[in-house]
Amino acid sequence: MRAIGSPDILIVEDEPAILTSLEFILQHAGWKTQTVTDGEAAIRAVQVLLPKIMVLDLMLPKKNGFEVLKIIRGQSATKNLPVLILTAKGQQQDKQTAKELGASGFVTKPYANTDVIDAVADLIGTVSKADLSL
Amino acid sequence: MISGTLVFGTSIAYIILLFFLAYISDRNARLGKGKLLRSPLVFTLALSVYCTSWTFYGAVGSAARNGLEFFAIYLGPTLVFVGWWFGLRKLIRIGHKQRITSIADFVSSRFGKSERLAILITIMAVVGITPYIALQLKAISTSLRVILTESPNAALPQSGDEVGLAFGVAAAMALFSVMFGTRNINANEQHHGVVAAIAFEAIIKFIALIAVGLFVVFGLGGGFEATYARAQGVGVSLDASSNFGPRWITITILSAAAIICLPRQFQITVVENANENHLRTASWAFPLYLFGISIFTMPIAIMGLSLLPEGADPDMFVLTLPLAYDQQGLALFAFIGGFSSATSMIIIASIALSIMISNHIVVPLALRSPKVFGLEHGQGMTRLLLTSRRVSIGAILFLGFLYFWLTSGSGALAPIGLISFAGVAQFLPAILAALYWRDATVNGALAGLLVGFAFWAYTSFLPSFGTASPVITNLLLYGPWQLEFLRPQALFGLEQLDPLVHSVFWSLLANSMALIFVSFVTRNNAVGQLQAAQFVDVFKQTENSQYSFTRSSAPLNDLLVMTQRVLGTDHANRIFETYSNSDRIKQNKDASPHFIASLEKELAGSIGAASAHVLLGQVVSGDTVTLEEVMQMADETQQILEYSQRLEQTAEELQSTTRQLQTANNQLRQLDQQKDEFLSQVSHEVRTPMTAIRSFSEILLTNQELNGTQKETFINTIHEESMRLTSLLDEILDLNALERNEQLWTNEPINPNLAIARSIQVCTPITEQHQMDVRLGEHIRHVKVEANFDRICQVFINLISNAAKYNDADQPFLEITSEITKAPGKPDQLLIRFTDNGPGISSIHSSIIFDKFWRGARNPDTAQSGSGLGLAISKEILNQMNGSLELELPRIGNTKAGACFAVRLPLHM
Repeated sequence: MRAIGSPDILIVEDEPAILTSLEFILQHAGWKTQTVTDGEAAIRAVQVLLPKIMVLDLMLPKKNGFEVLKIIRGQSATKNLPVLILTAKGQQQDKQTAKELGASGFVTKPYANTDVIDAVADLIGTVSKADLSL
Repeated sequence: MISGTLVFGTSIAYIILLFFLAYISDRNARLGKGKLLRSPLVFTLALSVYCTSWTFYGAVGSAARNGLEFFAIYLGPTLVFVGWWFGLRKLIRIGHKQRITSIADFVSSRFGKSERLAILITIMAVVGITPYIALQLKAISTSLRVILTESPNAALPQSGDEVGLAFGVAAAMALFSVMFGTRNINANEQHHGVVAAIAFEAIIKFIALIAVGLFVVFGLGGGFEATYARAQGVGVSLDASSNFGPRWITITILSAAAIICLPRQFQITVVENANENHLRTASWAFPLYLFGISIFTMPIAIMGLSLLPEGADPDMFVLTLPLAYDQQGLALFAFIGGFSSATSMIIIASIALSIMISNHIVVPLALRSPKVFGLEHGQGMTRLLLTSRRVSIGAILFLGFLYFWLTSGSGALAPIGLISFAGVAQFLPAILAALYWRDATVNGALAGLLVGFAFWAYTSFLPSFGTASPVITNLLLYGPWQLEFLRPQALFGLEQLDPLVHSVFWSLLANSMALIFVSFVTRNNAVGQLQAAQFVDVFKQTENSQYSFTRSSAPLNDLLVMTQRVLGTDHANRIFETYSNSDRIKQNKDASPHFIASLEKELAGSIGAASAHVLLGQVVSGDTVTLEEVMQMADETQQILEYSQRLEQTAEELQSTTRQLQTANNQLRQLDQQKDEFLSQVSHEVRTPMTAIRSFSEILLTNQELNGTQKETFINTIHEESMRLTSLLDEILDLNALERNEQLWTNEPINPNLAIARSIQVCTPITEQHQMDVRLGEHIRHVKVEANFDRICQVFINLISNAAKYNDADQPFLEITSEITKAPGKPDQLLIRFTDNGPGISSIHSSIIFDKFWRGARNPDTAQSGSGLGLAISKEILNQMNGSLELELPRIGNTKAGACFAVRLPLHM
């Protein structure tokens, strides 16, 4: 059960400039956001905040995106949490790994802002539908 | 006076003793016992067959007539054994390898197994040795007459019934030699018994001569000094210089040649030699024997001249001195000694010559007309060999007697010996060429020998008959057809020379010239070519190297029958059994070329190389190989060798190329992987600022309602990210250039303290932002380093800003110190340390911090991070300054473990 006041989106990104832009466009699209800048903070935050979705960069300090994904998929509360992977590597291998680890979506940097918004909207929509079905 | 009964009795007893000795030795040799028989001592003693009755009696005569000249006779052999032992070793090695049976066999075998050459040498040897045998007969008969005569004038020569006596001696000697030399059924084996008897005789004659010498010097002369003091009085010159001259040199050369070329010496040295290593002992022991046997020669001559009546024969002093002083026992012993000397020479010489005659003259004739020689059935060959040898011995001794008879009255012993020496010396050029000159040909050898022999016969042999016929006397005086320049002893106007020197000079000169000239204009045939290599390069060949002269095969049965004829049934069967048992050829009825070749050697050991070659040629169906074919074979072999060597070389080259390629490939793969990683990293590094730029520009484009502050912030971010992108690209290019070792700057002496000060100043904004205190600690003040000012500042700025960015301490500081380090064998360096109190670098990371794109965990406040190339670039820069950049453990004493970067720069001297 999500707490009242929980953000819609948890953004995990270590590049300050990208973080700022992501915050701006997603808030501008009407979602509540929360940000963290490293992998370990992300794992802690996701348990506490229980966001609707997580936007996860792969290159992160302390724990990288794959490690974070693996851990949160192993925990019951976040087992089904939609996770949108952002990566600057853009290699097929990364996409495959992310899929195997249970990523819900994949956006390659540099991206068009609308790509991110659409992808997030898609994932939040599925969540909403799931909510409705309850 | 000594009674005839006693003399003959003693002589016969002595001969019986010799027979007994020979018999025992033969039996021991057959049973494989007689170790002593195969010892170097027996070999050395047997060699002293060189010392004949000429030495025993004649040397004293020579000393009495010509002073020290006799000594040259011993000097030649001594020089050969001491100074040319390696040549003798080569002779022996070849002799063993080729199963050589005689000196004629040796030369003929070397020159293509030529029959003509073997026959020529046999004839030359027989003619050359005849005077020598006559000399022995003369010595024995004269000594017999002396010891038997009761007359007080015994010393005077009386030629009355000496001829009859000599004939008797010759007949006895022939019988004696036949019994000794041809007792063995197996004619090809070494004569162990005879060699043992000869060695025994060597001891007897040595002791006898020494005994006489001791009696003469100490019994009659009163010591050496007193003896030599009489020399002047009797007209013997002891002055070496008066004896030294062309004649002396000639005799030395002749005696040196004789020790090699005399058939009997060759027989003992090469054919009868059991072990090449015996030469080691002989090379000093034989000269010692010669020295011992010659030590009393001069004293006996002096005492004989001074004590015996005028006109006494000096050749008999050894006998007449003891007789004159009534030492009959000693005289008898001396007689036996002289008898020993003569018999040993006659036995060995006649055996050697008879082997040559039977192998090189009789056998070839028999092979051509087998019917006449009864060779058609069974054992014919063995019987023929023995018979022909027996007849030869008789003939040789008869020739000796004939010579003695014809030249009787020609006087002294020594000149006769020297004629023989000069005769056999004609073999020397051919032997030396056989050993050392590969290109010497059979025709060259034939020509040399023929010419040399002709010159010797005309200038030496013929004149020795001077007293026998007035025709010869006239010839000597006026030359043939009154042509004075053709006088035998003054050829081509060479008048003043001693006849011996004259003869040796012309004959050896003509001999060598003919050999050399004809060898240059003729070629060897195939066999000659192969044999030349076998002889000249005998030491280069391995034990098994053997040529197959026939490329064809022969039925084993035919070969067996033929071998049985020559070697006897038992011996032949043994050889063939070994062969058929040995290998896979059991079913094969034909013998392999290899076997035929070894069989040929086996036969050669019995009947000589030339005869064996001809004999095999009758059975072996194939033709002899022509020279062209041999050369072609050799060429092909050479080509195959070269080809396979080239192949091997190519294969090796290929292998090493493959290895190099593999290494290069691995390196390339590694590089490729590194490049992939690098590209991926670059891509990531570029995409990150690009993402921000794209995102913010889209925001600015799509959101017109943004306020001015927001717009400004976003545009600033875009600008910063663009700058970051630019500097990233710059750094990538910079690093690339550094890694390719491009010379981007020149090092020059700079003040490092100035560079540090400048760098601190440049970094002020970032250090102030992080409130980091930059301290200058202990440092070297006046110092210069080899570096580039701007580039070293780049390094320092990187280190200072890194320290600022990653230092999360409450009161962050960075301390910069410097000191001079000295390392042996290296130039002095300035060590600059940058020590901070930040989080430090964990040991996990210490190995990768200089890798490209590695970044530490950043301080979250940091607005802008670096490219991750800073340390990699700094390290490269310092490498190119012959310095270094390393991470050190922070010094103990620091309050907090931080990071410590050590920069080393070469000092400017």
